[in-house]
Amino acid sequence: MRTLLFTCYACEEYCPFGNHPFYLIVERQEEKGILPAPRPIITMWINQCQPIGRFMVGKVAERTLSYCFLAQFNTLVKGKLFDGIASSSIFGQEFFCNAVYLHYAKASVIKGRLPKIVENVKNQGIKELVCLHDECYGTFTSLAPAYGIDVPFKPIHYYEFLYDRLKALNDEIKPLNVKVAYQRNCSARLCPEIDHYVDDIFGLLGVERVKREYDRENALCCAEIFRMAKGPALADDIQKRNIDDMVKFGAKYCVLNCPACWDSLAHKVVRQGIKPIHMIDLCRLAIGEEQALNLSESVAEV
Amino acid sequence: MMTTSTLYDSLVKIVGKDFVSNQKEERYFYGRDGGLMPPHEPDFVVMPKTAEEVQEIVKLANNEKVPLVPKGSGLALTGLVIPQRGGVVLDMKRMDRILEVNEKARYVVVEAGVTHGVLKSYLQKHHPRLRHSLPDSPPVATIVANAVIHGQGRLSQQHGFNSDMVSGLEVVLPTGELCRIGSCSVSSYWFSKGPPLPDLSGLFLGWFGTTGIITRLGLKLYPCKKMRDVMVFLADRAELVPDIMLRLSHTEMVEDVIISAQPLPLRFKGTFWIMAYITGDSDEELEFKRKMIWGALWEYFESRDVGLLSTSPQMKAPLLSMPSKDTAKFADVAKGGGFQYAGPITPIEKFPAFIRKLEEVATKYNVFYASTTRLIGAGHCMMFSFSFSFNRANTDEMARAKKALDECSKFALEEGGVLWKADIYEQKLLMDKMDPNTLVLMKKLKQLLDPNGIMNPGNWEVR
Repeated sequence: MRTLLFTCYACEEYCPFGNHPFYLIVERQEEKGILPAPRPIITMWINQCQPIGRFMVGKVAERTLSYCFLAQFNTLVKGKLFDGIASSSIFGQEFFCNAVYLHYAKASVIKGRLPKIVENVKNQGIKELVCLHDECYGTFTSLAPAYGIDVPFKPIHYYEFLYDRLKALNDEIKPLNVKVAYQRNCSARLCPEIDHYVDDIFGLLGVERVKREYDRENALCCAEIFRMAKGPALADDIQKRNIDDMVKFGAKYCVLNCPACWDSLAHKVVRQGIKPIHMIDLCRLAIGEEQALNLSESVAEV
Repeated sequence: MMTTSTLYDSLVKIVGKDFVSNQKEERYFYGRDGGLMPPHEPDFVVMPKTAEEVQEIVKLANNEKVPLVPKGSGLALTGLVIPQRGGVVLDMKRMDRILEVNEKARYVVVEAGVTHGVLKSYLQKHHPRLRHSLPDSPPVATIVANAVIHGQGRLSQQHGFNSDMVSGLEVVLPTGELCRIGSCSVSSYWFSKGPPLPDLSGLFLGWFGTTGIITRLGLKLYPCKKMRDVMVFLADRAELVPDIMLRLSHTEMVEDVIISAQPLPLRFKGTFWIMAYITGDSDEELEFKRKMIWGALWEYFESRDVGLLSTSPQMKAPLLSMPSKDTAKFADVAKGGGFQYAGPITPIEKFPAFIRKLEEVATKYNVFYASTTRLIGAGHCMMFSFSFSFNRANTDEMARAKKALDECSKFALEEGGVLWKADIYEQKLLMDKMDPNTLVLMKKLKQLLDPNGIMNPGNWEVR
């Protein structure tokens, strides 16, 4: 049974005492040699994100966007929302937050790599790091402190950034008047204090966050980690329940906050008649710009 | 014997002056390929348009005892169309007609210059319910040349070598006669290259153009399902890979199985990427196949030895592209555009030993390596590529790559493999190891068909 133990990030959010139960579980898993995913998958992840001195930086300013190691942000970061900051960005393994290794019970990798990542960010002269992904923000605000790693810059969640930008662009907002299903991602559990920005932003955009069963604390994750860890049955079941729930409550859009969730769910919600959209793109629609991140049309070539 | 200028004039008379050349730039181009074999230039290059023109050229060459080398796109990389003794290279690309598609008997008849890319597009446009087995060479690879070298493709797990899918041949013999092979020799239908007749296609397939020039080829077509998907499994123990291949094949749900192993990019390091391709006409069909495949590997999944990589549609797109573009990308990893591989055909149980040898040789000669394995014919064998890329401007690196390849080829032979599209040196290795009576038979056949030894001399030369 030990090898089958699998848990998600949610207990981090539920613990009222800030004891970081998930981090502790991960450490125990690693100590006992429990593999939450097949060994080759873990090996692939550890190797793939290994810092090797290759990274990309733009015209880095004191306030900079972190693309982490997610190339999709190259598509998403454009337009008025990012006026004045779009060229100030960092990307690559050298800036990869490493929180993903929580999924694979490899706290040692995080502890080994994260101090250097923090130093890399600091060495760019960055004072405020706008994290475009919950996982990065959660790493610097929750995981790093829990592991005793000092963070010498201010992490800013991009929802806060977007909210401020939308307020500045308030005159240009045309309410969207649509119902949306919000897809919380796994690492949102590391920073639940940010969730109010979802409501704040939706309020500015004139969209209704449908009161569905699987939102907020009761949210279901994209489940793709379960596919790698437990096989298809559980993942398929979770995804079906989640998407059925979106349909049931009449959502026109599924608002995604995470590129990995996009990869897992976007093409599946479309089949149920729901449009997938990243939060940045939803904001962009409201100020009259076009959706930037779209589904690939070449899904399967026969 | 004709003088060079008389021969030129004779060739012009056959194909027209626009399609004969003895210019230096053409001879340079036709004297080499992208691999490591030393160049050797032809005296002439001709581009025939019809089988009749090919016959005339062959009769002329046979009379004058001038070497002839038929060429598709020259992508074998092992120098098979480098004219080792000069003479005339016949570039077949002007013979580019798709002559017939028989939807009910599921075959196509093409001329010798038709490429895989053109046939793929043609079928997609005009016969979307049919497909053929695309190799992962560039789309300009010709169907005939690929069959002649016993290429493999996207349907090889189910149907064997691409040459097994040949359904008839039209050949110009080295003495100039036009000859049909298979059902088309007694019927207007091209449904079989042999049965129920004596299968004479073996006189030409695998002979690298040393026994005749194929001018037309019938090729079996297969159902083209509406949807296609790939499941990417990862393993990190080479010893498990043969059984994984067998289990996948046992499902009879998989159209193609490819295994990649390479140290870079880093996501590949330390793991084997086992890609199982499936097709279906509905989501239900695909889902059923996915479940069957999962079931086949579930034991390894539970033991944590094999994992399924979660792949987004964007990640899948390059894996699903046909032909794969990854081969071309690997060809330029070392920059400078050099790439060659030894691809022995071997029992799948040899996978662990071959992987160990590849890593050992790459370290020994300090060359960048990769390997792609393709399962052929329900586990009957596999093509295992020892691939090395090199910078063409770096002669030392090229020499090291050649040594690495030679060592891998010898190793593969010792391990019971058979070298695929062997270059002239590897052909000698093969013939040294071959049963003497088989060699005698080959020699008799060659002498019978090509009494003057004009066809692609240097290749399959039995001494």
